[in-house]
Amino acid sequence: MTAGMATGAGGRTVVTGIGLLTPNGFGLEEFWQATLERRSGIGPLTRFDATRYPARLAGEIDGFDPASHLPARLLPQTDVSTQLALVASDWALQDAKVESGGYADYDMGVVTANACGGFAFTHREFHKLWSQGPDSVSVYESFAWFYAVNTGQISIRNGLRGPSSALVADQAGGLDAVGHARRTVRAGTPLVVTGGVDSALDPWGWVSQLADGRVSHAVDPEHAYLPFDTHACGHVPGEGGALLVLEDADAARHRGAHQVYGEIAGYGSTFDPPPGSGLPSGLARAAELALADAGVAAAQVDVVFADGAGVGELDRAEAAAINAVFGPRSVPVTVPKALTGRMHSGAGPVDICAALLSIRDGVIPPTGKVTRVPAEYRIDLVREEPRTARVSCALVLARGRWGFNSAVVVREALPR
Amino acid sequence: MVITGIGVRAADSGSRAEFWSLLTSGRSATRRISFFDPSPYRSQMAGEADFDPLAEGLTPAEIQRMDRAAQFAVVCAREAVADSGMDFSALDLTRVGVSLGSAVAAATSLEQQYLAVSAGGRDWLVDHTRVSPNMADYLIPSVMPAEVAWTVAAQGPVTMISNGCTSGLDSVGHACRLLREGSADVMLAGASDTPITPIVVACFDAIRATSPRNDDPEHASRPFDASRNGFVLAEGAAMFVLEEYEHARRRDAHIYAEISGYASRCNAYHMTGLKADGREMAEAIRVALAEARTDPSAVDYINAHGSGTKQNDRHETAAYKRSLGEHAYSTPVSSIKSMVGHSLGAIGSIEIAASALAIEHDVVPPTANLHQSDPECDLDYVPRTARECPVNTALTVGSGFGGFQSAMVLRSPEGARV
Repeated sequence: MTAGMATGAGGRTVVTGIGLLTPNGFGLEEFWQATLERRSGIGPLTRFDATRYPARLAGEIDGFDPASHLPARLLPQTDVSTQLALVASDWALQDAKVESGGYADYDMGVVTANACGGFAFTHREFHKLWSQGPDSVSVYESFAWFYAVNTGQISIRNGLRGPSSALVADQAGGLDAVGHARRTVRAGTPLVVTGGVDSALDPWGWVSQLADGRVSHAVDPEHAYLPFDTHACGHVPGEGGALLVLEDADAARHRGAHQVYGEIAGYGSTFDPPPGSGLPSGLARAAELALADAGVAAAQVDVVFADGAGVGELDRAEAAAINAVFGPRSVPVTVPKALTGRMHSGAGPVDICAALLSIRDGVIPPTGKVTRVPAEYRIDLVREEPRTARVSCALVLARGRWGFNSAVVVREALPR
Repeated sequence: MVITGIGVRAADSGSRAEFWSLLTSGRSATRRISFFDPSPYRSQMAGEADFDPLAEGLTPAEIQRMDRAAQFAVVCAREAVADSGMDFSALDLTRVGVSLGSAVAAATSLEQQYLAVSAGGRDWLVDHTRVSPNMADYLIPSVMPAEVAWTVAAQGPVTMISNGCTSGLDSVGHACRLLREGSADVMLAGASDTPITPIVVACFDAIRATSPRNDDPEHASRPFDASRNGFVLAEGAAMFVLEEYEHARRRDAHIYAEISGYASRCNAYHMTGLKADGREMAEAIRVALAEARTDPSAVDYINAHGSGTKQNDRHETAAYKRSLGEHAYSTPVSSIKSMVGHSLGAIGSIEIAASALAIEHDVVPPTANLHQSDPECDLDYVPRTARECPVNTALTVGSGFGGFQSAMVLRSPEGARV
């Protein structure tokens, strides 16, 4: 029943491959260029006629042609979110140059987070059931919809038979997946594909997202999602995410892995006190748990990738949590997801990728088009242009609706 | 890790005690679907629970906001907490976590909401003015473990494990890992699913996974029988209070069982299909037994996945032979799905409850409706009548869409002391 004892493992866990698709980047380097140049993927919804709805801006991945990436037989059985996840996992494994035979059977697993399941797919099936009758429901609906779909399909496509799982914790889930994947590696499964991809940009998925009351009704794509800004007015939903190849550092070295982006050094997760208790959020505690898990002092953290809800009350609470851990204006804070929209379980893994590239390139990306941060927040928000800085350690934060708080510490790889 | 509190709701099981009474009766609680007119569907039966949320102590506001699956989870959590005798207010609540399994989560509310916003399924561009303020929580169902956390003000790690039909095993396995690694002192863990709604019935109709034996609903779930023709959908939940043995002993708690081993593997084969050889399930069993430091010959009872589909029952029979060898032939194996049906992600936790109660009472629940075994299913499936026999070590397994195969080993509290 052991983390880290079953096989004598428990050492460092490193990222050796990345596959990423976001509204502003079809692939890791494209995303990174767009993020540094503040090119936004937010724009008018194009999947359907959204004119009747009070919010009409989204972070869509334009021009994705699943048929040019995936076998034809997979297309009718998968939602767009699963197609994106399968492409991301293909890219991650290719990036890591994991070759068949490199690991024994059961030595590779999959842990993904999922918030919405195959929602556009399932909307079509609900529509068929109620407009045409039970016989019209697809033979694929039973497994295209549920939250485990991406884990199952990635496992099958890549022959990954090790311990695997799917987690749901709204926007915090993506970090939980990476944390759990690291736990799985440390318990003796040397390679785990992990991360999250979400999409729910069909009309019913859209209306369901609007029901949460935090979606921006703004019409100007440049200023619709402004985390920590004086004019924060809600968030813009996005689609996409990232999958990472996580490996035990010794196993990766043993197989001759050609690259290491960095280490997933710590993880912590907490839940807020019940609503109305008047007690502070558990976000600072999640950050402290992750730092302690990594054996890192707050002063060693070079940048915080914040959750950045884009809702005044939530931004204020997050700023307070950051200050509680680091002190006022003591650490650069950034929210690159201001350029993609909030991608649910995809957001945390994408922030981890951005943190890894900050370490690689010595630069902290800016927070979209945010210009004015209330003085009372007392945070050093990186904005308007990238900031050159040596980055060896980053803290990534994420929150889920109703009180989920997760934190991951990303650290530069030790020299070989 | 030990179980010190159990709460269960399932077909004809309004409490933990009623659940055990049903399981030992050998009676099947599946029936013709009453929640909606099932006549357009291929499979028209289900294991429905007679669940009255007001009588269960939920407030009108809770009933209004929570999907039925969340209601089941909360009610079971409260039963488990009361059963445990634990004073949660005296605990460090930042050290109390929740791990909740569910396969299809808020399916029932999603379908009700869909009909409301689409004018009964007519409109593709749905009407946002008719949407419930709770709809975001049906879309993204992590509110379910949140609701469970609020029952005791838990502030440690809280998550939802959604691994299809192994969710209820994997959520409890996950909770044990968090306790073992020191991330929590006490976990509320379990699973809930309430999938008896037209879209889910239609899903399984489409792939002919559910039984069409509509003229005989009480005898339609017949795992391992030669005449089986699919599973019977059901709803239910089970929740547990889990803590470390020493933690339980210090407060002199009643211990049902120790969870001594857990493992999961994937078959990487097919989203719904199973290979006949049971290889990956056998591996999960082998690793779970190794973690429990338990020899295969020590297994006294196997609580089977036993869904009653043609391929599943052969698949797991092969897995038992592969993992336990000759001992498989002398070990009682039974499927409680023959009595309560298959509640998807919830059933794994409900089967852990059955296994813990089998250890508690030294009674093995039977496989109801089993009259003539499939020649390829040639083990001792405890047909129709419960059996008194010492149960010190129980193995419970699950198999699910996506290729998940999970196994858990439970043993009597006497064993937990060593």
